[in-house]
Amino acid sequence: MIKIEQISKKYKGADNYSVSDLDLFINEKEIFGLLGPNGAGKTTLISILCSLIKPTSGSFSINDLTYQKNKNQLKQLIGIVPQEYALYPSLTAFENLKYFGSMYGLKGKSLDEKINNALEHLGLLAFAHKKIDTFSGGMKRRINLIASILHNPKVLFLDEPTVGVDVQSKNVIIEFLQQLNKNGTTIIYTSHHLNEAELFCTRVAIIDHGKLIIKGKPKELIDNSEGSHNLEDVFISLTGKALRDHA
Amino acid sequence: MHKLMASAYKEFLLLIRDIGGIAILFIMPLVLIVTITLIQDSTFKTVSDAKIPILVVNNDNGNVSETILKGLGESNAFEVNIKESEDVAKDLVFKGKYQLAIIIPENLSSGLEQKVTQNVDGIIEKFGFEEDTDSLPKETIKSKEVKLYFDPATQMTFKSSVKNGIDKMVAEIETKSIYKAFQEQISDDPTEVIFETENFITFKEILPKENNKEIIPNSVQHNVPAWTLFAIFFIIVPLSINIVKEKSQGTFVRLRTNPVSYATVLGGKTLIYLVVCLIQFVLMLLVGVYLFPAIGLPTLDVSGRLPLLFVVAIFAGLAAIGLGLLLGTIAKTQEQSAPFGATFVVILAALGGVWVPVFVMPKLMQTLSNISPMNWGLNAFYDVFLRHGSLLDILPEISLLFLFFLATTFIAIVYNEKKNTV
Repeated sequence: MIKIEQISKKYKGADNYSVSDLDLFINEKEIFGLLGPNGAGKTTLISILCSLIKPTSGSFSINDLTYQKNKNQLKQLIGIVPQEYALYPSLTAFENLKYFGSMYGLKGKSLDEKINNALEHLGLLAFAHKKIDTFSGGMKRRINLIASILHNPKVLFLDEPTVGVDVQSKNVIIEFLQQLNKNGTTIIYTSHHLNEAELFCTRVAIIDHGKLIIKGKPKELIDNSEGSHNLEDVFISLTGKALRDHA
Repeated sequence: MHKLMASAYKEFLLLIRDIGGIAILFIMPLVLIVTITLIQDSTFKTVSDAKIPILVVNNDNGNVSETILKGLGESNAFEVNIKESEDVAKDLVFKGKYQLAIIIPENLSSGLEQKVTQNVDGIIEKFGFEEDTDSLPKETIKSKEVKLYFDPATQMTFKSSVKNGIDKMVAEIETKSIYKAFQEQISDDPTEVIFETENFITFKEILPKENNKEIIPNSVQHNVPAWTLFAIFFIIVPLSINIVKEKSQGTFVRLRTNPVSYATVLGGKTLIYLVVCLIQFVLMLLVGVYLFPAIGLPTLDVSGRLPLLFVVAIFAGLAAIGLGLLLGTIAKTQEQSAPFGATFVVILAALGGVWVPVFVMPKLMQTLSNISPMNWGLNAFYDVFLRHGSLLDILPEISLLFLFFLATTFIAIVYNEKKNTV
């Protein structure tokens, strides 16, 4: 379904490639985890797949569609949950969602119903008409998620969707995503929470220095890595213990 | 269309949630227009309430200095204060206590009389009316100098008008003295009128008429269009900040992944900010029509011109919005867009003739002013307000304003596409 071929990205003025000759194939209805240390190239890869940045070389397609030929079709097909809260702070949750839903051509009562259903599922219905700038981080994360799924995307990209949220919010988000996946949405997400990825993902890929290190089902990766009891052990054994600070 | 209206509604909500921003958008232009008009009103009045205090040191005490003092008093522009010492007057002026000091030299009246008499005698002698007197050598009479001291902070325009006024006054005194000297030489009867000393050539300003009534321009008719335009163009600042904010708060990133064109996003902003411009314009007109007369200023006359005024305001607003969209698209931070936008508006206003009329600018600046959208807008407003032009008269200016809007918006869209195309 998502076919990535020899994708590379080097930012202007950078010494190294952020993503280098990466090949990947993600099947329909998968929950695919892109894992890696800070600066590994996860966000860059997601940004390329969402048409936010241009790859230096290589190509990719989603459902055999490309941005060069089928830009609007593709945009209608995907949803993206960015790492930042991409919301208007002075608008209410409902107003934000109504606006972003409208950008997908949704309108009227059906849009209102979709918004209310999603708010209810994520425990935010009571706060629908409160301004975003009064929300906690966890609440903003959930609204950020709803804004990306109102149009029932076939593929949903999530960049660290549970970062900085409490356990309760995290669980609600994960359950919601699992429900979406059951309904047919392919999910590609990046995370630093390896335990969460181990339980949540059907397959994962570990990337480091922009290169694909390994990919497979979490259980298989753990079993094949000597002395590893969980995904974190696998991760450490493959990427090492050195700090990955970048300036 | 649905996406455009949703974008416009979102912009509307963002605006009304920012009460402080709205206050600045609507109140500051009103404060600006009232302040500027109050300040500039006196320059349009023939009789000013506020007289400029000046110093005069009269070392002459003759009929010429008397005439100068009388002329200054009759001008109604100055409050004349007599000082005894030139040094004291100079000191006070250079310290900024007074704008001007006029030092009338000693023996100005007698010197002038002597000089004129000498000249007239010479002429009469040439014509042979007098007996030959060349046995007596002519006495050399030194020219006299009226000194002017200006406060160093005084503007050049004030200096020039004072110099011109005094020059004219001195020229008149000299002319009258010559006539008088001739009269005395030709006739023994001082009451006999040989020369008419009244000016033969006079001038009269012919004002445009509407319904047989002269249209007299006043400070309000000049200031309201100029400063309204200035305020309309200031929309660049909040609009560009609005776009930069979208980029910094991440909503623009989301919009880029949505199936919506940048033109639609900008279209929503254009609609709402155009409404803001028109509200600003209406408020300014209301101030001109209702508030100005209440505070002693002339009333803004909009009778029969409202539709055309709105046409100009719409196109001026569009030009300003186009510029704001372009600036917001190119700028990366609010620190870039806000100061640049504000300064650029001031430059456009200066070039456009909002402060200094275009015709007094140097040639290069006059040429540059032709490419200032504020100049097109101002001309269109003046066409309607002061020249009573028709739609046909303002068509060139509003066409330029519209083209400017199209060009700047197009560049913004192309720039955004180039920068973000995958």
